[in-house]
Formats: sequence, C-alpha cells, structure tokens
Amino acid sequence: MSNWQWFHRLGSPRWFYYKTEGWVPWLAAVSGILLVLGTVWGLAFAPPDYQQGNSYRIIYLHVPAAFLALIGYYVMAVAGAVGMIWRMKMAFVVMKSAAPIGAALTFLSLVTGAIWGKPTWGTWWEWDARITSMLILLFLYLGIMALQAAFQSRDAADKASALLALIGTVNIPIIYKSVDWWHTLHQPATLKLTSAPTIHSSMLYPLLTMILAFYIFYALVLILYTRAEILRREGRTQWVIDLVKEEAKKP
Amino acid sequence: MHPVRRQRLFFILFIVFFSSVAVGLMAFALRDNINLFYPPSMIVAGEVPLDRRIRAGGCVRPGSVSRDRETLETTFLLTDGIVDFRVHYTGILPDLFAEGEAAVVNGELRADGGFYATQVLAKHDEKYMPPEVAETMAAVSDGHDESCEVVQYGS
Repeated sequence: MSNWQWFHRLGSPRWFYYKTEGWVPWLAAVSGILLVLGTVWGLAFAPPDYQQGNSYRIIYLHVPAAFLALIGYYVMAVAGAVGMIWRMKMAFVVMKSAAPIGAALTFLSLVTGAIWGKPTWGTWWEWDARITSMLILLFLYLGIMALQAAFQSRDAADKASALLALIGTVNIPIIYKSVDWWHTLHQPATLKLTSAPTIHSSMLYPLLTMILAFYIFYALVLILYTRAEILRREGRTQWVIDLVKEEAKKP
Repeated sequence: MHPVRRQRLFFILFIVFFSSVAVGLMAFALRDNINLFYPPSMIVAGEVPLDRRIRAGGCVRPGSVSRDRETLETTFLLTDGIVDFRVHYTGILPDLFAEGEAAVVNGELRADGGFYATQVLAKHDEKYMPPEVAETMAAVSDGHDESCEVVQYGS
C-alpha cells in the first residue's frame, strides 16, 4: 500500500497547500523569464514571413494559448474523473480551478485568431469546423463554471461539472483533427506529432519557448487558483482558521 | 482496485465512450455540412445547387488570374490539380490572395459553369519561413514553386 501513499497525501488539501507554497515564486520567476524571452525573441528577432510579413507573429500568442486550452481541458476532465472514482476532494478543487483558466486561454486563442484572420483570410470569423469547435470548447468551459455556481450543494455541483467535463472530452480530438477531416478555412497544423514542423527553425525556437512558457504559466495559475479554492472550501477547518490568525498578526 | 471504485471507473469509461460514439455518428452524418466549401471536383461534376449561395474552394491556378483594366473585376480558375472552374469576382482581393495559393469563394454557381463570387477569402497554408529562405528555395526549384503542390481537394 505504501506506493499509494503519495496519492493519498495529494488528496489532503492542507498538504497540497503547504507543499505548493514554496513552488509559487519559482514557477512565477521561470514562466516570467521565459515569457519575456519568447516574446522579445518572437516579436523582435525572429525574421518576418515570406508571405505574411510581420502579421504572422501573432502565432507566438495564438498557438501556445490554443495548445494549453486543449491540454487544460484534459487536466480538468481527468481531475473530474479522479474525483468521481476516488471521491477525492482535492481533485474537484483542481477541476473547478482549471475551468476559468481554460476559458481565458480559449478566448485568447479565438481573439488572436480573429485578429490574424482579418488581414490573412480577409474575414474576422468564418464558421468552419476548427473555429466552431473551438467556440464550443469555450462554451464547455463556461458551462462548467456556470454549473459550479448553479448548485447549492458543493457535492452536487462537483459531480455535475465532472460529468459535463467528461462528456466534453469528445470535442478535443475533433478540434485537433478538424482541419484534416473536413475542408476548413483554417490551415492544417504546423507542429505535428508525427512529422517535421513546417516552420523554419529561426521561427520555431521562439515558438517552442513560448509554448514552454505557457505550460509553466499554466501550472502556476492552476496552483494559485487551487490554493485560493482550498481556502474557500476549507474555511471552517482549524488549520485554515489558524493560518488566517497567523497572517493577521503579520504587519 | 476496490470494487466500488472499479464500478465508478467503468461508469466513467462508459459515459466517455458512448458520448464519443454519439457525437462521432452525428459528425459522420453531417460531414457534408461541416465542410466549409465544395471542392472543384463536385462543382465541375454538377453535384452542387445552381443559383444558390454556396462556398467553393481550391487552388488558384497559376497564370489564370486576369484583371479588368477599367473595373475591379477579376477572373481566375480554381483547381484541385485535375479539374478547374472559373470564378468571377468584382471587388478587392485579400492581401494574401495569390496564384498557387488556396482560396475560398462565396457566391453562386450559374448555369454557364461560372462561379460568381461576392466574397473571396485567402486560405493560408501551414508553412512559415523567412523571405531569404523562400528565395533560396525558389532559386533551386525549376521556377514552378507556385504550382499548388499539395492540393488535397479531390474527393
């Protein structure tokens, strides 16, 4: 049973709260440095594109945001599944925290895509499969947030949102493969799992930097949201009361 | 794993599997409607409605773009590498509209086989490279780099 110990400890909000306290400044520093590095590299030093000129540079925001919007959905759904199976409080806390972050990232990728689409395609918005399925993803995230707010009972809200999160997972492969399965206005993927990227290395490295930066930034924001939600849910427990008293004493 | 938890796990797998099947069947049934545009093969074969607003897409055939000297009227051919059809459009084309690049047109197909577009969108490809690299690649190729190499609109 001892190899399951970490799993049970992870289930303790108090353990999680104190464990992650030291991680926050590190994650903030690393993601901050990488974000600045990737942004300056991508916007100032990477060469312009042979067709799009400088307008392609929005890729350094659009692609990482869309990546994390999709991966963040799996984080939320897996947390929901763990919560459902093991009735683990912490998993539901993570699930709830992942929703607004994912919604923000999805919104960011939709907005940057529209801004890029106007000069490139000649339209802000087209109801093609990629863009529409991404809009559905935004509504799924917003739906989870609405479900969390709609129930009086914490338990009912968590179970209902976990169910919606799990059903919504079907949308993720659809978004990912939409550009291959159907005729869309959106171009196929530039970064692929199975073959070489179709972007020149001088433009690729800042993009990979930004993607890594977004990963770490996502972890940071998820931990911060989770810690805030732990305090909200555990407000009546002795350790939180003690913690608040301790903080109040500080000048 | 505890039997109760195993049961919950199966319940979750059941939900995910059957919701995927349901959505998959729906997407399969609606596949023609999910496509943003008709490919050239369907336009030429007459498998699309006439005189109704539809979208068509394809690759702008190199050398086929002709502009009227007096007006903004432009005509060009959209191709899938095998068949092509003529598009008539009056208006300003998007910046990235070019020969050898894909485009999506919104308009009506008339009985004369011409497509009368009210909107032309440039469909960008997934390649990104600096101008110098593009020039080098154009120099080593036989000058046919504007040739719609990867046309995948055949059905």
